[in-house]
Amino acid sequence: MSAETMSVFSPKLARRFDALVEKYPVKRSALVPMLLYAQDEIGYVSDAAITEIADRLGLTELDVKNVASYYSMLRFKPAGRFNIQVCTNISCMLRGAYDVLDRFQKELGVGNKGIAKDGVFSLEEVECIGACCWGPAIQVNYDFHDELTPDHVPGILSGYRGQAKAKEGF
Amino acid sequence: MPRLVSHPDEVKIVSKRFGMGAANIDRYIELGGYEAVKKCIAQGPEACPAWIINEMKASNLRGRGGAGFPTGLKWSFVPKQSAKPKYVLVNGDESEPGTCKDHLIFLHDPHAVIEGTMIAGLAVGAKMGFIYLRGEYRYLLTIMEKAVADAYAKGFLGKNIFGSEHEFQVVTQTGAGAYEVGEESALMESLEGKRGIPRIRPPFPAVVGLYGGPTIINNAETIASVPAVISMGAAAYAAVGTERNGGTRLFCLSGHVERPGVYELPMGYNLKKMIYEVGGGIRGGRKLKAVVPGGSSTPVLLPEEIENLGMDFDQVGKAGSMLGSGGVVVIDDQTCMVEFALRTISFYQHESCGWCIPCREGTDWLKKSLTRFHAGFGTEKDIDNIRYLAENMMGRTFCPLGDAAAMPTLGFVKKFRKEFEDHLNGKPCPFAKQGAVELTVV
Repeated sequence: MSAETMSVFSPKLARRFDALVEKYPVKRSALVPMLLYAQDEIGYVSDAAITEIADRLGLTELDVKNVASYYSMLRFKPAGRFNIQVCTNISCMLRGAYDVLDRFQKELGVGNKGIAKDGVFSLEEVECIGACCWGPAIQVNYDFHDELTPDHVPGILSGYRGQAKAKEGF
Repeated sequence: MPRLVSHPDEVKIVSKRFGMGAANIDRYIELGGYEAVKKCIAQGPEACPAWIINEMKASNLRGRGGAGFPTGLKWSFVPKQSAKPKYVLVNGDESEPGTCKDHLIFLHDPHAVIEGTMIAGLAVGAKMGFIYLRGEYRYLLTIMEKAVADAYAKGFLGKNIFGSEHEFQVVTQTGAGAYEVGEESALMESLEGKRGIPRIRPPFPAVVGLYGGPTIINNAETIASVPAVISMGAAAYAAVGTERNGGTRLFCLSGHVERPGVYELPMGYNLKKMIYEVGGGIRGGRKLKAVVPGGSSTPVLLPEEIENLGMDFDQVGKAGSMLGSGGVVVIDDQTCMVEFALRTISFYQHESCGWCIPCREGTDWLKKSLTRFHAGFGTEKDIDNIRYLAENMMGRTFCPLGDAAAMPTLGFVKKFRKEFEDHLNGKPCPFAKQGAVELTVV
């Protein structure tokens, strides 16, 4: 069996990792990106992913976990398919971010770091996402949505719900 | 897509290609791109490093990340001979609340970052540069990666850049969520695949940096300014700003202004004018209560303190605050400053890496105290305790995060003591919740 078929990652991501470790003077520099890209594919940083990343970089699993636990974007259990991250830091707060967050909570019926029943969405209050002049701003996975009011919330949700349905062929 | 704004007072140097499609390499070249690096190479291999560093020194360009250290001087600290490879590191881990300028640079002008990195490499004799973007900026990383690939395809990067004997490689890197990594030594740790814990200095990065090699690390805006300095000439660049503060700054005007946005204004531009003319004044015709001049870690200023305040590193420093990262957060008179202080400290508590005890414990206790205070359960003694805690964090941590949390807290307590007192004895917060702003504006 080739290394590729044994990987917990898709062949595409496995090839990407092969190339990534070659980019740096020191292999280990690929660790943080690898963890993030693994999460993008699997939905979270799974034990199996940690094992394989450790193996690819010649590190111990403990070392990889130690690094992974430092970074706030990395998570160790699944989130919703679309993770809604509402910035409530000062610039967004001044322009009503908490009202936007409240509205998301109401619409989804979940609190901070909760996963909605349908599994399509999860909600998270996050620190500054670098969209201060266009606040209140959120990220849905990596997509930015800015200059929001609570009334934008239902439209954003239905847009992503549509995407989820289209992909799953409902 | 982040909205671009414009004002007649702007002097567009770093932002001159914003909104012009310059992420496309051919368009960038059409707009004069990659001429600056060619100009540097044309000085010849012997003269080139000293020539660049002299230009940078004469330009009075100072670090745009927050500390305002003179860029040319920083570059001159890199030893000429080194057994280990030298590196250039671009800090695009933009995470200081109130700051979103690098966001626009990566989006609209990624090649300026590459070109600036190359020039920095030529100046110090580095053959490799890293451009580190915060993990949340994934779509910007994609843009940056494409720009780097295009530059390789044209032969601008690689073994013999522009047919010269110089080699330069550029690697892009993503973070994964950590404010602390914006600190230079923590960023190097992260780039080496470790937790972003700051290093003890000295030695400074210019001598022992990434992988133990001499490293220059600059903010993305600083690096994006470099080609402009070279193209227009140091003297012309310096002339735009004030004494010892060359050029322009991307000011991120946010909060309660009518027209928030990123404006490129000359160094030394009057803050009051920036808020009232460039930003269109306070939203909803309200009054100004306070302004955070340079990202959330800089002490707050009162309306009377900004009357004649020119926005450069020295003048804002003299006024008791810092020019910082250029994040100008405007606060109106309906805002509860205790809540604002609480939100500010909550951020630093969340982001403290936990290595230094004064920061780890200090931010946590400040958050607890302010939470209780804002809920109306504070005591008179708490106000002094908050101040005491913050004072004892100052200067007692390895990296500036401890100070970054303590400085604004001290400012809030000192300048808004009355508001703290108004919360005493179980009184409810005298201000409506922040979100209510939208509802009450007629």
